[in-house]
Amino acid sequence: MGHFLHEFFSPLDFLRSTPEVWNGFKLNLELMVVAEAFILVLALLLAIVRGLPGRAALPFRAAAILYTDVFRGTPLLLVLFMVQGFATLNYAGLSSGSLFRNGVIALVLVYTAYVTEVYRAGIESVHPSQRMAARSLGLSYMQSLRYVVLPQAIRRVVPPLLNDFIGLQKDTVLITVIGLTESLAQANFYQSDYANFTGLTVTAVFFIFLTIPLARFTDHIIRQRERRERAQVV
Amino acid sequence: MSENGQFVSLQGVRKRFDNLEVLHGIDLDIAEHSVVCLIGASGSGKSTLLRCINLLERVDAGTIVVDGQTITEGKVDVNRLRQKIGIVFQAYNLFPHMTVLQNVTLAPRKALGISRDKAQAHARALLRQIGLEDKAEEFPDRLSGGQQQRVAIVRALATGPKLMLLDEITSALDPQLIGEVLELVRELADSGMTMILATHEMSFAREVANKVCFLDAGVIHEEGTPSEIFSSPREERTREFLARVLEGGRL
Repeated sequence: MGHFLHEFFSPLDFLRSTPEVWNGFKLNLELMVVAEAFILVLALLLAIVRGLPGRAALPFRAAAILYTDVFRGTPLLLVLFMVQGFATLNYAGLSSGSLFRNGVIALVLVYTAYVTEVYRAGIESVHPSQRMAARSLGLSYMQSLRYVVLPQAIRRVVPPLLNDFIGLQKDTVLITVIGLTESLAQANFYQSDYANFTGLTVTAVFFIFLTIPLARFTDHIIRQRERRERAQVV
Repeated sequence: MSENGQFVSLQGVRKRFDNLEVLHGIDLDIAEHSVVCLIGASGSGKSTLLRCINLLERVDAGTIVVDGQTITEGKVDVNRLRQKIGIVFQAYNLFPHMTVLQNVTLAPRKALGISRDKAQAHARALLRQIGLEDKAEEFPDRLSGGQQQRVAIVRALATGPKLMLLDEITSALDPQLIGEVLELVRELADSGMTMILATHEMSFAREVANKVCFLDAGVIHEEGTPSEIFSSPREERTREFLARVLEGGRL
């Protein structure tokens, strides 16, 4: 037991590995922020395309469905290796910049598929009478979507969206396998240098401390909106 | 104004949903500044008829002319058309994420391109007329059903429509809230607004309508002035329907 505690929770190693893991963790944060920015926009566009009415939009709808089927069904690690493989075919040499880019591409490809479904569920949860009311006022399809349907849809999907993003944050450690020196890589380096696993614990702590405030913040936003919009019987 | 001098003119309008034909050939004329009430049991086609007039539903056969424009054939700019035709629904359908003021100004700003300041000034003036100016910054869920429905009417009026379609707008309201909504409709009628109402409020129909149409199973069974329909209906079915409503204590 003492041995186990020393290997994973040694105070000395905790302090000593923290700066190194933090250096790597900054890359995880960057991966996460850049990927999430792309995902939020691309997934929304795909969800909109999936909902387009009419026969003319059929090929676009089909393409969007194919995309989500393929990338929701493929393991992230596999996509990551494929993106990396594709990149090595086309470019001579691999800078750390291109590793970062490939990591972002893989994360965006896979998580966009998930988040598209989340948005779509949100859009479909808005009662059709809302869209009908907007259209009956003379707003176009896109105006109704933008001003009436999406604002209601998006606020409903904030919790599941956050859930997916917590998943994404954690999956940024996978990028370590293509050679990006992020937090998990730093923890592994530390382990091989000092024969101690505490660096892994530090990495876990970083991730946990990242997700908890985010979850509380989302709760707060949801409650604030509820208070503002819901009827209060006095 | 269409050729026969009517503001709205329907001829042989048919509408089916899957295998069910809801409208079996409707002919109806509505003169400008007149109020037409559609009465009839639930499922008789009143709502569908209203929705066909602003193209929320496409007809399967027949023609509809609104303000001289045949809207059932060729390419019709539905957004332009709907700005001329206001519709109010039974369930209000206000936008819950917007304040009352935002609800009322959305269409003028985005569909008509009116500036925010002008749209707000106009909306506030309309809200003042119905005594709800102090609710401008509230969200719909904080309003009573009657207040919400009046806001919905004002929202439909904000684009300056020439025709209003009211689809059983008091059916979801508590009895004590119906009066304030009907009062607003009465004022609209007095101001000369052309209106088509689907309603179960027979006494109100009798009071404001220039013409009452009894719909049954997708056809207009009988039409006439309120006194013709309510006091001396010619058709057996009309009599039966009115007798049933009378039992329900609604006349």
